Amino acid sequence: MPIIIAKNIEKIYNPKTVPVHALRGVDLTIDKGEFTAIVGPSGSGKTTLLNIIGGLDHPTGGSIEVDDTDISKLSDNQLIDFRQKKIGFVFQSYNLIPVLTVEENTEFVMLLQKRPKEERHRRVSELLASFGLGDKKDKRPSQLSGGQQQRVAVARALAPKPTFVLADEPTANLDSVSASNLLDIMEKMNREEHVTFVFSTHDQRVIDRARRVVTLVDGKIDSDILQK
Amino acid sequence: MFLKLAWRNLWRNKRRTAISISAVLFAVLFASTIQSFQKGTWDHMVDNVVRYYLGYAQIHQKGFWDEQTLDNSFDPKDVPASLYKTVDMSPRLESFALASSGEITRGILVVGIDPQKETAMTGLKNHITKGEYISENDHSVVIAEGLAKLLKLTVGDTLILVSQGYQGQNAAGAYPIKSIAKFGAPDLNKQLVFMPLSLARDFYGTGERLTSLAVNLPGRAELPAALATIKSQLPEGEFEVMDYKKLMPELVEAQELDTAGAMLILWVLYLLIAFGLFGTILMMTRERTYEFGVLTAIGTKKKTLAGMLWAEGMMIGIAGAILGILLSIPVVYYLNINPIQLSGDMATAYEKYGMEPVMKATFEGWIFLRQAVIVFIISSILTTYPLWYIWKLEPVSAMRE
Repeated sequence: MPIIIAKNIEKIYNPKTVPVHALRGVDLTIDKGEFTAIVGPSGSGKTTLLNIIGGLDHPTGGSIEVDDTDISKLSDNQLIDFRQKKIGFVFQSYNLIPVLTVEENTEFVMLLQKRPKEERHRRVSELLASFGLGDKKDKRPSQLSGGQQQRVAVARALAPKPTFVLADEPTANLDSVSASNLLDIMEKMNREEHVTFVFSTHDQRVIDRARRVVTLVDGKIDSDILQK
Repeated sequence: MFLKLAWRNLWRNKRRTAISISAVLFAVLFASTIQSFQKGTWDHMVDNVVRYYLGYAQIHQKGFWDEQTLDNSFDPKDVPASLYKTVDMSPRLESFALASSGEITRGILVVGIDPQKETAMTGLKNHITKGEYISENDHSVVIAEGLAKLLKLTVGDTLILVSQGYQGQNAAGAYPIKSIAKFGAPDLNKQLVFMPLSLARDFYGTGERLTSLAVNLPGRAELPAALATIKSQLPEGEFEVMDYKKLMPELVEAQELDTAGAMLILWVLYLLIAFGLFGTILMMTRERTYEFGVLTAIGTKKKTLAGMLWAEGMMIGIAGAILGILLSIPVVYYLNINPIQLSGDMATAYEKYGMEPVMKATFEGWIFLRQAVIVFIISSILTTYPLWYIWKLEPVSAMRE
């Protein structure tokens, strides 16, 4: 069942001065439960595509349908609401809120959604225990290693049970053990909770584990390969 | 959670937050102290003049204040008897005279008084520093301390007075000095001579006439009601009723001018606080652009983010204001009960303008509250910057910074 349908996506930066074609008619469909990596050289348009899928940026042309909603037509405020309810984000540099504890960071989006306290605490405890962070719940991000911080970021993204998770270079700042642990966790969540993951990555470790690899070159899909 | 977040954000840079709060604190402290001193000193001076001599209001024959001669005096029987029963008033016969002692001559103000009523109103008896207070039938006078010094006279000496009496009569007399009194206001201290009313009437040949009835009130708060009673009972068109503001317009104008000057200083101070606070708010906003981009990306509504930043700015302002007020209260209270006695050039300058050289702080709650309100308004205005900044924030551009 498709949850993301991108049709003929165009993105042009600086259209009136020095136009830069970041995406040139991209068609892409992602089904529920996929574990997909979008790869390509720098400047190929993968981050732009991820931003458009995540409702962080508007396409110049084409349409993007996420969970039966044409998000290209949503206003900025509607997009914020949409992202909060449907999409989990994991960033390359973790981007946890430094003044909040691990527990508070993890429940942050659920709090934005005004979920009941009990539900929040149950879900957070469950995720932190399963990510091996149960004993770190009262720590601040600065007291954690990079790998631990990225696991908290994944827990934050997964806590509200989003429709899918977008991860932009999630392993780029991690050593191989931390990267492997993180990928294990994400694979487990994909397998057990059927969470859909879409990665933008250069990292061969991620590419090797992805079940589908979409390669972008010069703003176009060059290849779309199912693995394993 | 978002208030907690705002509070914790404040302490991400402890030193900066502490400096900002301190800036507001000291501004509130200085503003409260300056304003308390300014108002307290003027109130003290006005009270000096009002309570020591002028009274909160006076009744005269119409036209007396513009042309202060004995020919503009009035017969106290023309004032309704009911008014004497409802309002406490001290009768006076005032006119100018030349006072002489040896080779020295000075222009002075002779005031004929009812000694008991006058001391009940102005506490004249309490100002006696030497000798004994006069009584109704005495043939002697009370002389102000400054004037006694100028004329080189003391208790027991004789004061020679020469003047023009009622309807052009000659007035001259020699009066023993029974006591010397000290007045706070330097002008009064250099020109007042009090004598019993009957003696003044003889000196000026006025018969039973008076120049004024000074209204005795416990304080300024009772003035409006007293004025209303007086105006309702006096015959229309024959008398003029003047409150202390009309009786000493120069003093009121000088106070207004001084208040305007002090306000200018205060607003410069507020402007300095505003710039200091804005610097902090600007840094707290701009340095977190990337973080705001991330927070918006994961679904934080802009109004929530704006509210958090607003709370951060307000917390600094309010914390500074509260601490400033808490520090101001004991400082201003101390200066209220321990006025500063000025000396040297500063004292001379005060005396030149007829002011007692004393700086006394008033202790009034509204002055502290006013600082809190002003800081609240300044903080509210300044925190519109982060609101505007967040409103135009785009997550993708923010996360590129």
